[in-house]
Amino acid sequence: MSAAAELSKADDRELVSFRVGGQDFCVDIMSVREIRGWTPATVLPHAPPYILGVINLRGAVVPIVDLAARMGLEPIRPDARHVIVICVVDNQTVGFLVDAVSDILSVKRTLIQPTPAVSSDVTRAFFEGVIAIDQRMLRLIDIEAVLPPIAARQERP
Amino acid sequence: MNSSIDIRQTFFQECEELLEALDDGLNALAAASEDGTIDSETVNAVFRAVHSIKGGAAAFGLEMLVRFAHQFETALDAMRSGKLVATPEIVRVFLRSADYLADLITSARDEVAPTSSAGPDLMERLAQMVPANGARMPAQPAPPVATPAPAAEADDFGFQPITLSFDAAPEPTAPTGFAIRFAATKQLYRNGNDPVHMFRALADLGTLKTRLDSSALPPLDQMDWAGSYLVWDLTLHTTESQQAVHEIFEFVDGLCTLEISELGQETAPPAEVAPPVEPAPIVTDATSLKNGPAASAAIRPGPGKPATQAAGQKGSVRVDLELVDRLINIVGELVINQAVLAQCVQDAGIGTQSDVGAGLDEFRNLARELQENVMAIRAQSVKPLFQRMARIVREASDIAGKTVDFVTEGDAVEVDKTVIERLVDPLTHIIRNSVDHGLETAAARQAAGKPAAGRICLSAAHRSGRVLIEVSDDGAGINRPKVRQMAIDKGLIPADAVLTDAEIDKLIFLPGFSTASKVTDLSGRGVGMDVVRSAIQSLGGRVNISSTPGKGTTMSISLPLTLAVLDGMVVDVAGQTMVVPITAIIETLRPAASDIHAVAGAGKVVAVREKFVPIIDLAETFGHRPSSQDYSSMVLLLVESGQNERWALAVDRIHDQRQVVIKGLESNYGHVPGVAAATILGDGKIALIIDPDETAQRKRPQAGFAPALMTEEV
Repeated sequence: MSAAAELSKADDRELVSFRVGGQDFCVDIMSVREIRGWTPATVLPHAPPYILGVINLRGAVVPIVDLAARMGLEPIRPDARHVIVICVVDNQTVGFLVDAVSDILSVKRTLIQPTPAVSSDVTRAFFEGVIAIDQRMLRLIDIEAVLPPIAARQERP
Repeated sequence: MNSSIDIRQTFFQECEELLEALDDGLNALAAASEDGTIDSETVNAVFRAVHSIKGGAAAFGLEMLVRFAHQFETALDAMRSGKLVATPEIVRVFLRSADYLADLITSARDEVAPTSSAGPDLMERLAQMVPANGARMPAQPAPPVATPAPAAEADDFGFQPITLSFDAAPEPTAPTGFAIRFAATKQLYRNGNDPVHMFRALADLGTLKTRLDSSALPPLDQMDWAGSYLVWDLTLHTTESQQAVHEIFEFVDGLCTLEISELGQETAPPAEVAPPVEPAPIVTDATSLKNGPAASAAIRPGPGKPATQAAGQKGSVRVDLELVDRLINIVGELVINQAVLAQCVQDAGIGTQSDVGAGLDEFRNLARELQENVMAIRAQSVKPLFQRMARIVREASDIAGKTVDFVTEGDAVEVDKTVIERLVDPLTHIIRNSVDHGLETAAARQAAGKPAAGRICLSAAHRSGRVLIEVSDDGAGINRPKVRQMAIDKGLIPADAVLTDAEIDKLIFLPGFSTASKVTDLSGRGVGMDVVRSAIQSLGGRVNISSTPGKGTTMSISLPLTLAVLDGMVVDVAGQTMVVPITAIIETLRPAASDIHAVAGAGKVVAVREKFVPIIDLAETFGHRPSSQDYSSMVLLLVESGQNERWALAVDRIHDQRQVVIKGLESNYGHVPGVAAATILGDGKIALIIDPDETAQRKRPQAGFAPALMTEEV
């Protein structure tokens, strides 16, 4: 592979795009492990509202995040039409519940714009940037920021 | 880079095995030193272990380790060559040296400074053992039988005095040579050694002539293909010392019959340097068959012992622990999958009598068997743990100034690796306690008509699917009036409490309890038996104590065989399926409405045999629904927490009692309060495993709350 080809490859980012609450989002394809249909989750006590529970992914216990609720949108009422995007970041496996997966696309890095200044800094921190494609705005999610923080076991007195 | 890290890791893994062998050997030596029957093979085994550690350490530039191992090895070599006699005193120094060596290895592995400061002292003592330049060691007069003649005149075997130093150049000796007779045992070949390499190494020392004695070779049809029938007579002309020759055979020590004699003894030594002969070609089997020497009866059978010993060793492979865990996961999945399939078949209306049903039964049996066997991979013998405890006993008895006979039983019992790792701390604590508090001083023992040396026995055994580990001492037993008074003084029990002996014994498990009237180096640091107890409970185990005044105390720890599965009670909590560990449950009850009492507005209690036990409504605790008003329609699970407190967990229904595979929540999600882990049920759904202790803790009022002492049916 020539140096130029390598360079152009590094210039592109492969993304998986999906819809949540009528908006277009995407994540880096490298963090996506698989996409599967919704299966009812076991409720976790004392969990934040955006955690729907845990599911059995071939023997692993994987928590499911309602991406809509996490983004401050109307929570999804999951049914069989909804889709779980299983992502792995730093050995942590998490499933994101989305409305539908739309596309896999390759985007030049230069086309990724900084996230516009919106009122909520918290929401802004969830995104790496935005991409303008076909009159639409794709919001590029920073998965690490969206992941639920791992709760540590409290030391007993 | 990575591969060198791998090799380093392998070295430390090997060190563990070598230390185990070292400990074994030293213990055998310690026993033998008492009655003076030292087996040379034992000394050799010990020497080899230290030597291998030194070799590996040198490869990784572990300076301190090499220096100490070298000193240790030198002393052992003196013993090996008979210059040093294994007295109990010397073996004790060896044992402590082995402990220190283990310390050094651990610190080298973790790349921290060694914690023990025993090094210089031990180095000194080891150095003293070795007679310098053939001079007898002044401090340690050895019995004349075992003392070889002074080394100046060569004895039969021409052993040099072993002031062997691998770094120092051997003393120059007159050009001479050695006659070597070498017969390999079967095991030598099985271990992958090849005499040709040794002969080549010998040839490097000087000029070598080899002659094969194939007289013992049986006719082809009677030959055991794996047998060893060949004997070599080697003549080596060299200026090297005999030590150098010995070193070449170092690694096959015990695997061959080796006779080395100086050439000068039988034949006149060559006056000058041996005539320049062609380096003798290594005689191969083919040629030797033709010009084999006349039959001779001189073939000594290989020493039987090493061969049988080696045959007794089990072959093993090193496997990444992560790989094993993944395998356990997959097998667990397979078992669940089988259950799902069986459910499907049943739902489809296919009877169990059909071929499909029979096939599924078979599948289930195989899956279970597979699971059991995979679980067994994680199991390890408790022997290293016990050896570590032997070390604790040595240290503790040194500090306490007591003589202790430490006996272990059931070394071969196997338990899950994690269980073993997590047993170290609680067991250390128990053992220290036994030495410090359990055993009396020698004077007090003799006054009581017992032998001066105390005895501590550590045993492991399988008992109905669990492992029972017991630490018993023959000390004075628990001083019950004192324990009771202490508990009253500390406000742990009311002054007028009426307690049975067993209840008093159990008081030592209460937090903040320590029976030593003065704080000693060993125990009494504030961490008491309650820590031991909670550590063992976190492993799904239980600890019990029994004591007979004047006779001794026994601590028994009962543990599950593995942490990967757990016996659980599958219950229904507001429509959610949850699992409660069976080990925590004392009994289950369906209370009559008259047994439930409210304590003002603060909650409800249930009367169990005239004791009032607070009720924890699990559905409320986990936020599934508001507190139930009518517990009489529910099932109560009576559980006991670490602090002797009892609670009644209210659940809607008991579904089932079964073994469940434990799945961690913490790696992907984190800790959920009151939940220990998760598991996957037969229908593929996840159920949470309740941590009763933590559930109770959360429910407990924060203000000071003296734990209620409950009766205990042990």
